[in-house]
Amino acid sequence: MAAGKKEPVVVSGLGALDKPASGLLTWVDARFPVMSNWRAHMTEYYAPKNFNFWYFFGSLAMLVLVIQIVTGIFLVMHYKPDADKAFQSVEYIMREVPWGWLIRYMHSTGASMFFIVVYLHMFRGLLYGSYRKPRELVWVFGVMIFLCLMGEAFFGYLLPWGQMSYWGAQVIVNLFGAIPVIGPDLSIWIRGDYVVSDATLNRFFSFHVIAIPLVLLGLVAAHILALHEVGSNNPDGVDINEHKDAKGIPLDGIPFHPYYTIGHDLFAAVVFLIVFSIIVFFAPEMGGYFLESNNFIAADSLKTPPHIAPVWYFTPYYSILRAMVWNFFWIDAKVWGVAGMGASTLIFFFLPWLDRSPVKSIRYRPSLHKYIYAVFVVCFFILGYLGTLPPSPTGQIVSQICMVLYFGFFLGMPWWSRMGQFKPVPDRVTM
Amino acid sequence: MKKLLLTLLLAFAAGHAPAALAEDEIKLDHVLADQSTNVQALQHGAQIFVNYCLNCHGAASMRYNRLHDIGLTDEQIKASLLFSGDKVGDLMTIALTKKDGKAWFGAAPPDLSVIARSKSSELGSGPDWLYTYLRSFYRDDSRPTGWNNTVFPNVGMPHVLYELQGTQRAVYKEEKDEHEGKTVRKFEGFELEKPGTLTKLQYDETVSDLVGYLVWMGEPEAAHRKQLGVLVLIFLSLLLLPCAWWLHHVYWKDVH
Repeated sequence: MAAGKKEPVVVSGLGALDKPASGLLTWVDARFPVMSNWRAHMTEYYAPKNFNFWYFFGSLAMLVLVIQIVTGIFLVMHYKPDADKAFQSVEYIMREVPWGWLIRYMHSTGASMFFIVVYLHMFRGLLYGSYRKPRELVWVFGVMIFLCLMGEAFFGYLLPWGQMSYWGAQVIVNLFGAIPVIGPDLSIWIRGDYVVSDATLNRFFSFHVIAIPLVLLGLVAAHILALHEVGSNNPDGVDINEHKDAKGIPLDGIPFHPYYTIGHDLFAAVVFLIVFSIIVFFAPEMGGYFLESNNFIAADSLKTPPHIAPVWYFTPYYSILRAMVWNFFWIDAKVWGVAGMGASTLIFFFLPWLDRSPVKSIRYRPSLHKYIYAVFVVCFFILGYLGTLPPSPTGQIVSQICMVLYFGFFLGMPWWSRMGQFKPVPDRVTM
Repeated sequence: MKKLLLTLLLAFAAGHAPAALAEDEIKLDHVLADQSTNVQALQHGAQIFVNYCLNCHGAASMRYNRLHDIGLTDEQIKASLLFSGDKVGDLMTIALTKKDGKAWFGAAPPDLSVIARSKSSELGSGPDWLYTYLRSFYRDDSRPTGWNNTVFPNVGMPHVLYELQGTQRAVYKEEKDEHEGKTVRKFEGFELEKPGTLTKLQYDETVSDLVGYLVWMGEPEAAHRKQLGVLVLIFLSLLLLPCAWWLHHVYWKDVH
C-alpha cells in the first residue's frame, strides 16, 4: 500500500516540452500561459490513484460531447430546418450524403449514450459522496450540465420532424400551458405559434445548434475548473491532500496525464467505442428505444399517434408527471404534474446539503444505506420503464409508489443518511 | 427493505399480466423469410413494388438508380421499371397529389420510402406487419372500395394485389363472453372465394419478396453498414484494445 512511486516518466508529446523548450513554444509561452495551464490541469494535477470503473464516465462524457459536436457540425451542413423539407432532408442524409448514414446514426446513438454515460457519472457521485464539501459547486455545475443536456435532447428531437418529434414537442410545450396565469401565453411564446409548426422548428434548431451548446461548453469548463480547484474525490472518500511528500505532492496522487489520460481513460474510451459501434452498426434503432418507429412517419398535425412516449432518458420524469393525479388545494393535477416533473430533476441540485452522512463513500456506510440506494435505483428504472408504456391503472399506482420513494430518497436523506453503524474510514486510499 | 423491493417487483410484474383478449385482436404472421438481402427476391419485390404500389404511393427518398445495389442495370431499369419520360436518376415520386389522394381514398396514401421502419409496434416487427397486412384484405361491401382489412380495419386502400391472391372472405364466429355476457365477434380465418393467378404459397412468397424490398428500400445502406461494422469491431477489439491495455500496463507498472 505504500506509495513506492517514482518520478513520473515523461513520455508523451507535450510532456516532453516540460524542459526548456523549442523556440516556438517559448515564444508562445512568453505571451500565453500554455505550459502553466498544461501543468495545472494535466501533468501536475494529482488525481487519487484508486479510481475504479465508475470513474471512467467523466472522460467518456467528454468523448461523447466531442462526437456529438463533430457529427452535429456535419449534419447541419445537409439538414434543412424547414417543416416542408426537414423529414425528407434526414432521409437525404441517410441515403445520398456520402457517409451521411454513419454521421446520423452516430449522432442519434450519441444522444442516448450521452445520457447513459451521464447517469452513470451522476450515480458515481452518489455512491462515493463526490458532491460533499468541498465539491458542492462541482456537483451544481454538473446538474446544470444535466439540465442543459435535457434541453439539448428535447430541442434536437424535434428536428427529424417525425410524428414522435412533433407530438412529443407538442405535449411538452403544452405542459407550460399548465402554469397558472402566464401558462397559455408562455406556451405560445415558446412555440411561436398556436401549434408546433415551422416557426417552432426553426427556433428549436437555433437552440439546439447554437444557444444550448454554447451554455453547455461554458458549464463543462466551469465543472472542470471547479473540480481542479478542489481535487478529485475517490472511492474511499478520503482526502489525498492530507498526506503529501516533501515536494507537496499527495502521496496517493498520480499525475492525471499520462496516468489517467493514456494509461487508463484511453482503454475505457476503446471499450466504449466498441459498445457504441455495436449499436451504430448493428442496432441503430436499439429496438425502438434510440430511434422510435413512429418517427419514421413524417409529422402530421392532424393525426395524433395513439401513444406518445418521450425517448427513454426522459421517461422517469414523464412517469412522475403522469403519476400526479390529485387536485391538491384546488390546483389542477396537471399543474402538480408539471411541478413534480420539474422538482424531480431540480432536486439533484440540493444533494450536497441533503446528505448528512458522516462519511462520503458507500464503502463505509451502513447496509441500510445500500438498501435505500438500491430501492432508489429500482424506482428510477421502474419509473423509466412505465414512462414508455401507455397509461394503465396498475402502472399509475406503481408509478405513484415509486414517485413517493423517489422523493422520499431525497427529502428523507437528512435523516436516513445519519442512521446506522458507520465503518471506520481509512487514513489513506485503498487499492 | 427487501420486502419492499419484492412488493415492488411483484407490482411491476402484475402490470405485465396478459390483458384479456380484446375483440378482433390483431395477430401478426411472421414473414416467410427475410428477403432483404436476397438479390433475386429483391428484384422480384422491386418489380411488384413498381407495378402495383408506385401508382398511388411514392417513395420520394428513393432514386431508381439506387436499384443498382440490388443488381439491376440502367438498361433493365429503363426497360421494365421506368415510365416513359422518367430518368434513371429520378426519385420515385408519383403524379397523385396529396389532395387528390385524400379525396379518392379518404386519406392520402403514405410515402413508402421508410414504411418498413415505421410499422414496428408492440404487435410485432414492421416487416411482419406489412406481410400480414398485404395478405389480410377481404371483401366487405359496406366499404366504399369494397375491401376491408383485419390488420388495418376500415383501411382506405383497396386490395391492389387481388388478381394475384384472389378474393377472400373473413369468417367470424359469434361467441358469448363469459365475463361480461356480451356476444363478441371472433375472427376465425379467411375463406378463399375466388382464386387468383397464384397459389397461396406463391402469393405468400411474392408478398415476402415485396416486404423484403420495402425493408431494403427503408435503408439501402443496411448491408454495407453491417459489413463495415464487422471491420470496425475487428479494428477496435483486436488492434486498439490490446494497445490501450498494454499502455495501461506500461504506465501503471510503478503505481502501487
